[in-house]
This record gives sequence, C-alpha cells and structure tokens, in this order.
Amino acid sequence: DQVFHIVTETFQQVQHLQHLCSALLLDLWKPQLPEDIGTGEDLHIRVPAPLVQEVKDSLDRHMISYKVLIPDLQKLVDQSMPKERSSHRQVPEGYIYTQYHPMEEIYQWMTQIQKNNSELVTQHYLGKTIENQEIYYLQISQPSDKTKKIIWMDCGIHAREWISPAFCQWFVKEILQNYKSDPKISRFLQNLDLYVLPVLNIDGYIYSWEKDRLWRKNRSPHMNGTCYGTDLNRNFNSSWGSVGVSYNCSSETFCGSGPESEPETRAVAQFIERKKSDILCYLTIHSYGQYILTPYGSTTKPPSNSEELMHVAEKAAAALMGKYGTSYKVGSTSLIYVNSNSGSSRDWAHMIGIPFSYTFELRDNGTHGFVLPVDQIQPTCEETM
Amino acid sequence: QDSTVNCTAEVLYHLGNKNIAPDVQFTLEGELKNTDEADNIFYNRIKSLEKELVAENIPDSHGNVPPEMEPIRLLAWVASGYVIWQNSTENTKFQLAQIKHVKQVKRSDEYLEFDYMILLHDMVSQEIIPWQMTVLWHPEHGVQVTQDSRQPKHVSG
Repeated sequence: DQVFHIVTETFQQVQHLQHLCSALLLDLWKPQLPEDIGTGEDLHIRVPAPLVQEVKDSLDRHMISYKVLIPDLQKLVDQSMPKERSSHRQVPEGYIYTQYHPMEEIYQWMTQIQKNNSELVTQHYLGKTIENQEIYYLQISQPSDKTKKIIWMDCGIHAREWISPAFCQWFVKEILQNYKSDPKISRFLQNLDLYVLPVLNIDGYIYSWEKDRLWRKNRSPHMNGTCYGTDLNRNFNSSWGSVGVSYNCSSETFCGSGPESEPETRAVAQFIERKKSDILCYLTIHSYGQYILTPYGSTTKPPSNSEELMHVAEKAAAALMGKYGTSYKVGSTSLIYVNSNSGSSRDWAHMIGIPFSYTFELRDNGTHGFVLPVDQIQPTCEETM
Repeated sequence: QDSTVNCTAEVLYHLGNKNIAPDVQFTLEGELKNTDEADNIFYNRIKSLEKELVAENIPDSHGNVPPEMEPIRLLAWVASGYVIWQNSTENTKFQLAQIKHVKQVKRSDEYLEFDYMILLHDMVSQEIIPWQMTVLWHPEHGVQVTQDSRQPKHVSG
C-alpha cells in the first residue's frame, strides 16, 4: 500500500478526486471526508497496492500532480511494532487446548492460526450448514514444486462428541509447533498435505452447547418443523438407508430423506469427490468407545485392501497404547458393533477409491461417555497424536 | 494405589422371552477394597443436612463433578447398573450418560432415599433414554432400586 500526497488546484480536480475516492473506496487520511476536500489544500490518500497503478493513471489523465509520501506502508507499520517474542511459528497465545471451546471461539482460532502461520496454513470455505453457518477447513501445506498426496481429517460430525473437535484443534497446534523441530513431522509435511476440518456439524455443535448437551444430529427441520436432525454419518451415499438406520426423524440414526440430502454431507462429499485421486487417507474422528474402525459397516464382505487397512490400524493402536496404556480395538464396524450401519462417511470414502479410510472413536469406554472431563483432553489428544 | 480387581462374568440372554433380565454369574478375583469410612462420612453428611439435597447435571457439560457430588454420582452409577441389567438384551449396550436431576427424599427411618432422573445412552441405537429411579441406600444394607421407569424422550424443537 502507498500513501499519496496531492495538492489540488482547480475545482474540477477536487470533483475528480472526490469521485475517485468514493468509486474506489480509497482511504482518505487528510482530510477525513471527501466533502472536505478543498482547492489549494494538502490531500493524503492511502491507496491499496492493487489499485496503485490505476490511481496513478487516473491522476495523470486529469493532470493532477502527486507525490508518493509513503512508498511501502507495511514496512513502516512493521518497523513501528515491537518485535515478536519468539521466532517460532506462533499459535494463538492464550488459547487453551485443554478446554472445550464454543463455535465462535473455534472460528476465531482458525483465523488466528492462519494469520500466525500463513506460510503453511490456509483457511478454505467448504460450504454452508442448514442454518447457514460457514464451514471451513484448514490446509497445512509446505510450499513445494511437487504435488503432494492429501490426508483428510474431519471432526465433529456428531455434535455431542466434544473431544473430537478438541482433538482436531490439538492436532493442528502440535503440527505447527513442532514441524521444524520434529524430524517425523517435518518429513511428513515434505511429502503430504494435511487438510483438517475442526467442526463439520456446526449447527449441532452449537445446539449441544446451548440447548442439549447430548444432541447428535444436524439441525435440519422435518415434518413442518416438528422434528429436527439427520444423522450425518448415516447420510453418505454408501449403501444409504440399508442397515443400522432409522427412517424416522425422531431417531438418533435418522438417515435423512435421501443420500447426501444434507448440505453438510454434500459440502464434504463434493470436495472429497473432486480431490479423490490425490487423497491417500480419510480420517473421521468420533467418540466414544476407543476403536479404530475400518470399512465397511453395511456388509461383512471385506474391502479389497483389508489386510493392509488392518495392518496400519493395528500399528496405530499399538502406538496409541504405548503412550498411556489405553487400549483401542481395531476392526470393521460390522464385526465390532452389534448393529452394522450404512451411509457412513468412512465407508463412502473407501468406496469412491480412497485407499485408507478410518473412523477413530476416542476415549472413553463409557465411564464418562460423551461428557469426557476436561482433564482427559490432554492425554486423549497426546496418545491419539 | 491401584485397586483394580478382575471380574469375570457369564451373561446369558433369554432368546425366547426378551422381557426377562439376562442371567449373570460372576467371579471376583480378589477382594474389593473397604469403603466403610467414606460411606459413613457421606451418610452422616446427608443425614445432617437441614434441607433435602437437590442437584442437576452431574457431570456438567464439561465433565466436571463437584467433589461433594461424587458419592451421589457413584450411587447413581451403581443403581443404574441394576436398571441396565434388568433392561438389557443382545441388542442393547447401555451406559449411564448423565444425571439430569437428583432430589433427596427425607425418610423417618435410617435409610437415605434419592429420586434420580438419569440419561442412559444405548451404544447400539445411539438413543438417549431418560429414566427415573428411586434409590435407597444405607452403609450396612447396600443399594436398592425400589422403583424405576423409562421416560418418554422429550422431543425438543
């Protein structure tokens, strides 16, 4: 951005400058308002970088003389600010990862994370929820000339599983704090991009904070607003509506009016479909139960790469246990759960060709269930990391 | 100090009549620790309350339980175990999710009585089921559920 110094001579020049300021929404530093521009007086205008050439051309055309008072505004601002305390990438100071955060704070956190780590992190819009909330994901990507494969992780499909969004935030923080010092993470990022969606079911999550802590589904209205919510993890187009679901809106596993009937489902599905040839691994984080679940939930027929899927999952469970001794069971939904279920995002991801697709069911085993105490956030996140 | 005791159980579900509670045979490997002192402290504290105890949302949304409510939570845990046992089938997997509300009922005899409204979570259907239960307790006579009834789900807007 630059700051121009202009002295007007004629009334026509004044008019032109007033017009220019309002048309381009320029930031008038002196005087404060366009109507206060007079002839023979000093003008100071801040011009955003992309408009500098256009403004210069316009001033030349109208024979208005100018001087560039400040050629690089940002540099001046930077020089006048105290130096940052550490040269490490900053995570938002004071953000407490060992507490649960409401949605407004998570939105702010995403903005801050991108701002403080802009060489690695970009925030992207995915779509809107049924109640018009904007869904965003964070892309953690080390600049490189080669295209990298993608690992996708989403949290918060089910509103009451608060430990899930807490884990996504923790995960991002860990990567950003340690990618320079931890050789494993550093190598990871050289070869892979991470896409993290901290909360998919935003409406439901907000509802679980404000009205009903144990709400699970989204907030789509049915039956003339007398019943609410589709189970987003039964709404994907993987044997949709066949098993482990209800067709009744009042049920917690209501699969919706059709596959991908919900805007939240569509937002994720459309994106993953578009990028599927680059996505190596699809992870979806839930609670509780302490499982690593592999496809499929709707049939006992194993996926084509089931040996490899199980092998990787078993290694993950072993590594997890190594931290605090927490034991996770590994297997396909149809074998572990009493009921199978269809329409899950994990099954759908694998069906469209993503080789590694897992549901993580985090702590605990039922003692606290969905209402996991905050003092378990740290150990849960550390071991899952 | 680790006070974990292994317990093995054999659970037999009645396939014919689904309304009968499953048959449970269990073996404890070792002894459960003695809780007489804590039991008596809790018992005397409640007995000496001027006003009947009333509480809500244990734990709260963040999983917190105030220390003085911990015995109330444990009592609900035990009592809900009975309710879960009586109502389990091969197609259910219940856990106590939360105590919505608890109210002490004053008694003239030596027992403590609490009227609980709890929320059970069924892992299989994912449903949250409100359940009312009346619980009697005495340090020497143990826990009794004298009355319990499943409540209709409150359909919120």
